[in-house]
Amino acid sequence: MNRFLTGLAALSLCTAGAAYAQDYSAQLKARQGQFRILAINLGTLGGMAQGKIDYDAEAAQMAADSVVAVSMIHQGPLWPEGSSEMGVDGTRAKAEIWDNFDDFGAKWSGLGEAALNMQAAAGTGQEALGPALGQLGGACKACHDTYRAPES
Amino acid sequence: MRRLIAGLVLAGLVAAGIGWIVTAPDRLPEGSFAGVEGDAVRGELVFTAAGCASCHHAPDADGEAKLVLAGGQRFASDFGTFLAPNISPDPEQGIGGWSQEAFANAVMRGVSPGGAHLYPAFPYTAYARMDDRDLVDLWAYMQTLPASDTPSQPHELGFPFNIRRGLGLWKLLYFDDGWVMEEAEGQELVRGRYLVEALAHCAECHTPRDALGGLDTGRWLTGAPNPNGRGTIPGLTPDHLSWEASDIAYYLETGFTPEFDSVGGHMVEVVENFASLAPEDRAAVAAYLKALPDGGAME
Repeated sequence: MNRFLTGLAALSLCTAGAAYAQDYSAQLKARQGQFRILAINLGTLGGMAQGKIDYDAEAAQMAADSVVAVSMIHQGPLWPEGSSEMGVDGTRAKAEIWDNFDDFGAKWSGLGEAALNMQAAAGTGQEALGPALGQLGGACKACHDTYRAPES
Repeated sequence: MRRLIAGLVLAGLVAAGIGWIVTAPDRLPEGSFAGVEGDAVRGELVFTAAGCASCHHAPDADGEAKLVLAGGQRFASDFGTFLAPNISPDPEQGIGGWSQEAFANAVMRGVSPGGAHLYPAFPYTAYARMDDRDLVDLWAYMQTLPASDTPSQPHELGFPFNIRRGLGLWKLLYFDDGWVMEEAEGQELVRGRYLVEALAHCAECHTPRDALGGLDTGRWLTGAPNPNGRGTIPGLTPDHLSWEASDIAYYLETGFTPEFDSVGGHMVEVVENFASLAPEDRAAVAAYLKALPDGGAME
């Protein structure tokens, strides 16, 4: 009987725990996926800027267009409150994001501006890529400086 | 019995006296920099490479405001929290009233103008390897920066770490102005060693520390826990960092890894500093890192 009660208590704790911890796996996949798309396209642009890949105006333009497309994804639904590294595993998003959500949004807009400049520059020649990439890198850094936790 | 007590007291006094002497601040020879005029333009590069602003700008400063060295950033450690002081040229709250020699003793020996030991959260153990010329130029440049009258905040340290005299012992154990990589062949490697081991003080975060907070030079640049939060600071030796030299230089210029992930955390400031140095300097750092032994033990 005692054992039965203990089991029951344990079970109720488990279900209570499950009901309490929210499942944010879809949001995590979505936001990490969009950063992957950015990284792959920046890889194309960066490779051309460094001379590791031959410059190809059309390919550069497509990469830049993709970066712009990602930057236009509205971020609100991807960052529900409580989906920081403090609340869930598998993310490096710091809780500070939700303390300064407006600033976080401004940083994302900064990416948008840099992406538009890249879009205008990418097809015009190899030497235009470097400065535009610098601005994109600046946008990445500006946000990661404050809002991304180091790798564990 | 009386004689025994007297003997013990005497022995105690002698020990205390020796302790007092060995923990005394060790200054640079007097007049080391007498008559040397600094070049503020060169000094700006030293300032950037040494990352002074990264720790001494006000906590939320952005852009040009990062040149106002008002202090106030917090640095957590196993011994308590250090608060970066005001090192702007303000004569009251900053270091505007210091002499060049006082500045040199602080930066290269960790000794304050009043003769107290400074805490090694200030990386004077790395700056001790600085060229005298660079030190003088750095001082000239820092006097051109805007003054701030923000008072420095006290460090938040518990006993016994709040006793500065104890740092004399710490320095006996860990203060060494020799190179960790003793042999460096060629100009590029020598420059890289100077940037990594002296000015940019990379080892302060990228090398593990022992129980007393001294750098474990036998595991040089092999990565360490992050004292200022969660996570780890990555190792830079070839067994940890497999990037090509050109990838390392590109990262220091743009903040992009070879996979086009981007730099984060305090390293963002480091990359901003390196980005404004010459391409040869970034290449030199890369050459030094590629020359490190796996595991970080030099011999």
